[in-house]
Amino acid sequence: MKPTLQVQVFEEGTGPLPEPASPLARVKPARSDEYFRWLTAGCALVLPLIMFAIGLALLYYSVPALRKFGVGFFFTEEWNPVTQEFGALSSIYGTLMSTLLAMLLAVPLSLAIAIFLVELAPPRLSRTVGTMIELLAAIPSIIYGMWGMFVFAPIMASTLQPWLTAYVGWIPGLGAFFQGPPMGLGMLTAGLILGFMVLPFTCAITRDVFQMVPPVVKESAYGLGATTWEVTCKVTLPYGLVGIIGAFFLGLGRALGETMAVTFVIGNAHKINLGLFYPGNSIASCMANEFAEATELIYISSLICLGLVLFVITYLVQVGSQMMLRRMYRAWSVGL
Amino acid sequence: MRPMKPRSPRPRKTLNLVVNLWAVASAAIGIMALFWITITVLIRGWQALNLDFFTRMPTPPGVEGGGLLTAMVGTLVLTLIATLAAVPLGLLGGIFLAEFGQESKVADNSRFAANVLMGMPSIIVGVFAYALLVLTLGNFSGYAGAFALFVIMLPIIIRTTEDMLRLVPNTLREAALALGFPRWKVTLFIVFRAARSGLLTGVLLAVARVSGETAPLLFTALNSPFHRFFSWNLGLNEPYPNLTVTIFDYAMSPYPDWQGKAWGASLVITVGILVLTIFARWLFRERKA
Amino acid sequence: MDRFGHPQEMTPYYELRPPVSKIVVRNLNFHYGNHQALFDNNLEIAANRVTAIIGPSGCGKSTHIRVYNRIYELYSDQRAEGEILLDGANILDPSYDLMELRRCCGMVFQRPVPFPLSIYDNVAFGLKQHYRLSRSEVADSVEEALRAAALWDEVKDHLHRPGTSLSGGQQQRLCIARAVVVKPEVILLDEPCSAIDPVSTLKIEELILALKDRYTIAIVTHNMAQAQRLADFTAYFYRGHILDFGSTKDIFTKYSLMDDVPRMEHLDEVLREKLDLPSSIAS
Repeated sequence: MKPTLQVQVFEEGTGPLPEPASPLARVKPARSDEYFRWLTAGCALVLPLIMFAIGLALLYYSVPALRKFGVGFFFTEEWNPVTQEFGALSSIYGTLMSTLLAMLLAVPLSLAIAIFLVELAPPRLSRTVGTMIELLAAIPSIIYGMWGMFVFAPIMASTLQPWLTAYVGWIPGLGAFFQGPPMGLGMLTAGLILGFMVLPFTCAITRDVFQMVPPVVKESAYGLGATTWEVTCKVTLPYGLVGIIGAFFLGLGRALGETMAVTFVIGNAHKINLGLFYPGNSIASCMANEFAEATELIYISSLICLGLVLFVITYLVQVGSQMMLRRMYRAWSVGL
Repeated sequence: MRPMKPRSPRPRKTLNLVVNLWAVASAAIGIMALFWITITVLIRGWQALNLDFFTRMPTPPGVEGGGLLTAMVGTLVLTLIATLAAVPLGLLGGIFLAEFGQESKVADNSRFAANVLMGMPSIIVGVFAYALLVLTLGNFSGYAGAFALFVIMLPIIIRTTEDMLRLVPNTLREAALALGFPRWKVTLFIVFRAARSGLLTGVLLAVARVSGETAPLLFTALNSPFHRFFSWNLGLNEPYPNLTVTIFDYAMSPYPDWQGKAWGASLVITVGILVLTIFARWLFRERKA
Repeated sequence: MDRFGHPQEMTPYYELRPPVSKIVVRNLNFHYGNHQALFDNNLEIAANRVTAIIGPSGCGKSTHIRVYNRIYELYSDQRAEGEILLDGANILDPSYDLMELRRCCGMVFQRPVPFPLSIYDNVAFGLKQHYRLSRSEVADSVEEALRAAALWDEVKDHLHRPGTSLSGGQQQRLCIARAVVVKPEVILLDEPCSAIDPVSTLKIEELILALKDRYTIAIVTHNMAQAQRLADFTAYFYRGHILDFGSTKDIFTKYSLMDDVPRMEHLDEVLREKLDLPSSIAS
């Protein structure tokens, strides 16, 4: 039916006025929403609360050790449960060293894999391999540790370490790092395993960052006749640089605190050696090995104090990487 | 205009070739190493698996035979408890971040804490659970282990919940609110339902992440060859059997039989996690399609 | 029978005078953050009539209608000032019961948004929210609403399929059924036909004319022909101001809307005159 327009609109007949609000209608207190909001806010606040509680608990239980050893705790290599003398230096050194080695392995490799996946590989292969790498990131780290101890360490001992000693060990300066007993377990093995462990993780993020570069930007560079490498290093890398650094920071955070992949292969000795073949330890591996056996308060306190050091380091790394990633997203949302 | 001299493209092309070769070679090395690990677990683990492995109790040190039934059940129980605690709390927290808080100070703090906690080494969480529950209760217990897993899980679930709820278009919220629903009903019955596969994916990924954790259990649940699963509290007030610490203990032991069992347990846990992860990803992809 | 017991055929006495204003908008200003979108809107929506809101895109049509059920409150940076009287009560008053307001003012959006529920539950969900009814009463109301939305015959055999399985036009009618089932008094339509095909559009237009008997209808549309077909009154929006308001015929003749696309310069001139501004001031 089509309404005919009339001279006087008001003359058009209509039905009865609507019924007033039904008596059945219940008046709903909008207060339920207020309660719900508070409930959810309470649940969301659990996280900052836990973070705060972790820091506080670690600090509280570190007090006995800090009181006994003072600041010297962080600068003493000695770690002797028998004489109750504890110092964190070797663990801190080991943590930093193994992480450095891991990143030396993981950064170039994951960049290479990301370039391969995004720029070089055919799409099908790229998708399959990419998915597999993401899946590998889900494999628990204890598996990497076991593989390191049973499979990788013997190979290190029989071939890689003698080879390195023979061909690199004589170089002045650099050679100092490639010294020590070739028994497979030690700082170098731990660093390499750690590197392989963070590889899928950093690789997946790096690839994502590479893929986020708008195709138009890359195409315009290719359109000028640039080669793959030139596009990567002059367009893709600068475009996603902050994101990539953020990704590596996240990987770094993982490597710093990784326990199981390291504990199996680092050798567990509270000694600082420049030679990478010597056994060493890291904060995480030290705690993993000794915590369950520690009974004396000062021993436990020292271990928890090690935990505090790790907490502070990873906290700072986290904050740094968050800032990096946030800056990247902000830059992109403005439309770079 | 002066005539321009063309630059030879050869050095550029050579450099490009070198870099491409380097990329392909290192990609091959990295990918091969990763698959080497997987295949080792597959082969060595497969050799250790038999019916006994899944149906028998652990043997005393040095005695061959037996299985890891208790450890598997223990891991399931710990993961389940952590999940039951973390999922409701995480979902509600995620609702706040996505629906109510958004840019508020509470939400910012919560988001920041979630990011920090997600990057926190799991062993630190273990120390926290140790300080909170083991030192105060006086012994290693399943409670402490489940609590540690809960703390690891919570930020993951909160963040994925937030992300998934944000994927739900605002038009749906508007349509529901326009009908006169209170906000909580819109969220729980409409928005949740629209995001359900994404939420399930988040939970499954968190479960997968947590069930492979060893470090937070090392000095909370510890490990135990015995079990009291049939008591009222499932035996949670004592050191608790679990698969990952069993792998650690067995792998470090000098007995070849135990080392073999460690590989078997590794395979079980790897396959379990991969199946969970693949299922979760498939779920999410279904939803997107 | 209507509520006074008159037989339907008899024209009730109150039909003999001009229609009552169902909604009265007074000095409505609206802000998106720092950006003001509506300026001093004054409008009366007549009961049991269709009022069309037209104007070029981005002129605040949808914004205006979204204030009527306070749906804008979902976004914390949006705020409205002024008065909107629904049956004499100011709905912008924070103490006004929001749930009841939204039951009373049903809204249909630009894109059909079925809930991720079955067809039946899409309609029944809102009903159960507002009324305490037995199972069979719910089923009856759902059927009635689906019939009113001219959808019943198409979906009666698969009421338990998901609402998203319907076609776009059907989804939009489902949304209308969903709005109608809670017995609203006002139905707000925000460009309800802009995202669906012409045949469904026709069906929805017929539906709107059929619903006019029972509800007060406000429709935002960018389709001039549609406004002319449906509306008794028309409000012409421009740059967040109500340029003109009157019977559809008057407005359409005054601005010759069906003949040519209105020129911006002309509208700016009209707006300046209305606001009593010297023509030198640029908008």
